[in-house]
Amino acid sequence: MPKVKIPRKSTTVDMTAMCDVAFLLLTFFILATKQKPPEALAVKPPSSISSKAAPDESILITFTNDGKVFLLLGDETKKGAIIEDLNTTRNLGLTPQELVKLKKTEFIGLPLNQLKSALALQKEIPAAQMDGIPTDSTNNELSYWLRSVTNAYAGEDQKKLEQILLVKGDGNAKYPVFKRIKAAFKQNEIFKFRIVTNSKDIPLGSEVYKESREANK
Amino acid sequence: MAELDTSGGGHKAGPGVKKPKKLSTRVDLTPMVDLGFLLITFFVFTTTMSQATAMNMNEPKDDPEQQLKVKNSGAMTILLGKGNQVYYYFGELVPETISQEFKSTSFKGIRQIIVDKKKATPIGDLMYLIKSDSTSTFNNSIDILDEMSISAVPPGHYAEVEITPVERMLIQKTEEANGIK
Repeated sequence: MPKVKIPRKSTTVDMTAMCDVAFLLLTFFILATKQKPPEALAVKPPSSISSKAAPDESILITFTNDGKVFLLLGDETKKGAIIEDLNTTRNLGLTPQELVKLKKTEFIGLPLNQLKSALALQKEIPAAQMDGIPTDSTNNELSYWLRSVTNAYAGEDQKKLEQILLVKGDGNAKYPVFKRIKAAFKQNEIFKFRIVTNSKDIPLGSEVYKESREANK
Repeated sequence: MAELDTSGGGHKAGPGVKKPKKLSTRVDLTPMVDLGFLLITFFVFTTTMSQATAMNMNEPKDDPEQQLKVKNSGAMTILLGKGNQVYYYFGELVPETISQEFKSTSFKGIRQIIVDKKKATPIGDLMYLIKSDSTSTFNNSIDILDEMSISAVPPGHYAEVEITPVERMLIQKTEEANGIK
């Protein structure tokens, strides 16, 4: 019987294609992941089962662990109007240049009477060193800010405003801080706002869990 | 200037001189593929999908004329205190039975109590009153609102109410007795 000669084939596979795929995927993942904006304030929000995503552009009230309150006006189109409105209603006496400078700052976390002197400084005060907006019942300046916000949004869709009014707070902050912020909202007749939370899973066996399963049947 | 001899045909290969072997230009890419996939796995596992969510918050209007009347039989008061403690009682506090009625639990325990109350009460009468002491944290007040949605309590059947001095005193006494700091 003649011997059949099987040609020996090399076992090495060309890895170039696989390498391409691997790095393509790597680049995709790196570029597709949204970078978290650097946060000047360390805040660990509480968690809830709510699954609605928080809007990116928002009027955000942040409060830290030690009870300091900050305001972040994320809606660039209205930011100028809000600041100008506050300047006139509270007689801050800010010059146009100072208004422009204030518009550029990210976090607002100073009492109104310190705003002008802080704007005169060369360097911006880091958010962590600010005193926060006073929210005491006698001098609730957050309420003035929110008044200007409502003025700036007057005549527009109030549903939209409700959607972007956010409160983000550190879970370990004491309840009275939150209560004073709620008071500031109430003074401006705002009864609906949203709270930024981390999402958590619906606990197994709970009522909502059962309801959602019923709905899916 | 230095010059490279690129002619290559400088000398004829003699009979004893071996032709230099042509080296393959192929590089083994396996380690590179390994590295690529390793990085992918690393990135996939380390990125946390932390999309911040938002919870709706509805505050009641402070209108004394629209005060809701709550039936005693359907009311349950939940109090939040220090150290993630939860206190609760049903209906109204009567001085004689305070010690039996005023109970303490934790966030783990309150879920079952909320569900039991919901099942035992006609839905029209059901009302949860949430009162936060000044020693409780923001976490606590969000957690209890979250418990309401976890137990599918319809909106309008729970409300945040100002704590009374009697309740504050009761919390303090219970805290002292239980040694909660």
